[in-house]
Amino acid sequence: MSSASLIRNPFKVTGRQVLPGFALSLGISLLFISLILLLPLTGLLVQTSGMSWADYWSVITDPRVVASYRVTLLMALGASLANGIIGLLLAWVLVRYSFPGKRLIDALVDLPFALPTAVAGITLATLFASGGWYGEWLAKIGIEVAYNPIGILVAMLFTSLPFVVRNVQPVMEDLNSGDEEAALSLGATDWTVFRRVIFPSIWPALVIGIALSFIRSLGEFGAIIFIAGNMPYLSEVTSLMIYIRLQEFDYAAASAIASVILMASLSLLFLVNIWQARYLKRLKGTL
Amino acid sequence: MKHQQRIGDQPWLRRLLILSALTFIGLLLVMPLVAIFAQAFSAGAGVFWENLSDRYTLHAIGLTLLVAAITVPVNLVFGVFLAWVVTRFEFPGRKLLITMIDIPFAVSPVVAGLLYLLLYGSNGWLGSWMLEHDLQLMFAWPGIVLVTVFITCPFVARELIPLMQQQGSSEEEAAVSLGANGWQMFRRVTLPNIQWALLYGVVLTNARAVGEFGAVAVVSGNIRGQTNTLPLHVELLYQDYNLVGAFTSAALLASLALVTLLVKTLLEWRQHRAST
Repeated sequence: MSSASLIRNPFKVTGRQVLPGFALSLGISLLFISLILLLPLTGLLVQTSGMSWADYWSVITDPRVVASYRVTLLMALGASLANGIIGLLLAWVLVRYSFPGKRLIDALVDLPFALPTAVAGITLATLFASGGWYGEWLAKIGIEVAYNPIGILVAMLFTSLPFVVRNVQPVMEDLNSGDEEAALSLGATDWTVFRRVIFPSIWPALVIGIALSFIRSLGEFGAIIFIAGNMPYLSEVTSLMIYIRLQEFDYAAASAIASVILMASLSLLFLVNIWQARYLKRLKGTL
Repeated sequence: MKHQQRIGDQPWLRRLLILSALTFIGLLLVMPLVAIFAQAFSAGAGVFWENLSDRYTLHAIGLTLLVAAITVPVNLVFGVFLAWVVTRFEFPGRKLLITMIDIPFAVSPVVAGLLYLLLYGSNGWLGSWMLEHDLQLMFAWPGIVLVTVFITCPFVARELIPLMQQQGSSEEEAAVSLGANGWQMFRRVTLPNIQWALLYGVVLTNARAVGEFGAVAVVSGNIRGQTNTLPLHVELLYQDYNLVGAFTSAALLASLALVTLLVKTLLEWRQHRAST
């Protein structure tokens, strides 16, 4: 970290004069971002600004849509918290222990990012359906996952699994083992060392991982629709509500609902970015 | 008395934690993978092959490859230029630019599809003008390409930015001061330094471009044999209760995902070896 900042500082002053391609690369970047990212957003703006406030409000507070916000938020919260625990465990095991097959498992963690969501969706639905490999066993203890809100949670859990592991893992690798040894030699118990020495260093990365997992879960569509059963008021996620309005050619309603989740996820993204920058700055200040 | 230097090294705790991690990995990642291939081959290799060489499946494979073949180079060029400008120069709005590139990660794929539908659809201001000139983007393959470019544009830049920031620009500055022109500097100095991260960015872009579902579902119109990509084909067959057929295409996509993971592991291994 400190060597990186040493290298970075000089070019801040000189780079502008020496290195070529500033105008070209800035021009291409801005053109691309304007055409691909910003221009399409104007379409949404035009569509929603054509609606009266009363219409807009009645669309986004429609009981069926409100039920979809509730189930999406609750399940995304549950999935990202569960990911926090599972991700922390996986990162711990991958960083601190060695065992046969570790490299394979490390590689497999990224599977949910590499596997198309529709494939994940039909696979999870088949596994958890009654008579499926998992569904059969879960039915015996009276748990139903497929075609149920819990199915949404399972799909979200799967698609956002790598976020926490991949955020916590590098921080855990860089932990200073001296602090841990010192605390142990002073007679601290394992639990105290974890709570007072290790956790304070890794929790920002853990929170960022959980937040990213939450943002991803809010927008997830492909994996969910196959396993959720999509029952109105019960297991429809907000992305699906937008999709349904589009199938009905009600572009205005689709845009209104989309504007709600777009604003929610963009503000979350900005918050995470600001917080991450601040946390990195603090980290650099201590090194 | 404690003789250990790290916490969590007691054999019972170690075993317990490794075992729970393996259980999660097994249930969440390994079993689904096994299930995909088990379902695909559940009616035998002959049926698998028959499903694969089905006319509509072949068309879906072709369309998906076409989309990736356009998307990947476009985002490769954009990613390199963006990473260059934000890591080599200071200018107002630089941080905003870095945040903006993350937007596709935060936007739901369905919303992404909707954005393009509103702009280029027959009701949109750009779309209605284009329709007058006989250009139809939505419910046709160009629309699929456009949303895929949107969804996958962060990957190359995201891989390059941290690396190029860490490497700094002293080597490039040296090349330029020795008289290299921009292209020579890029090809001889920058490219060799970033080639593996670039390759990984390309692999990720490709994986997502091939597998995108939500955004493509909104703009494609799902016309069998015309605008059906492989992930949409999976959905279509699944809704038709053709499980074996759906999982045959799914197995194809899962194989690509496994290749992606393999490339990633090899690149990391290479990088690790280079740094030690």
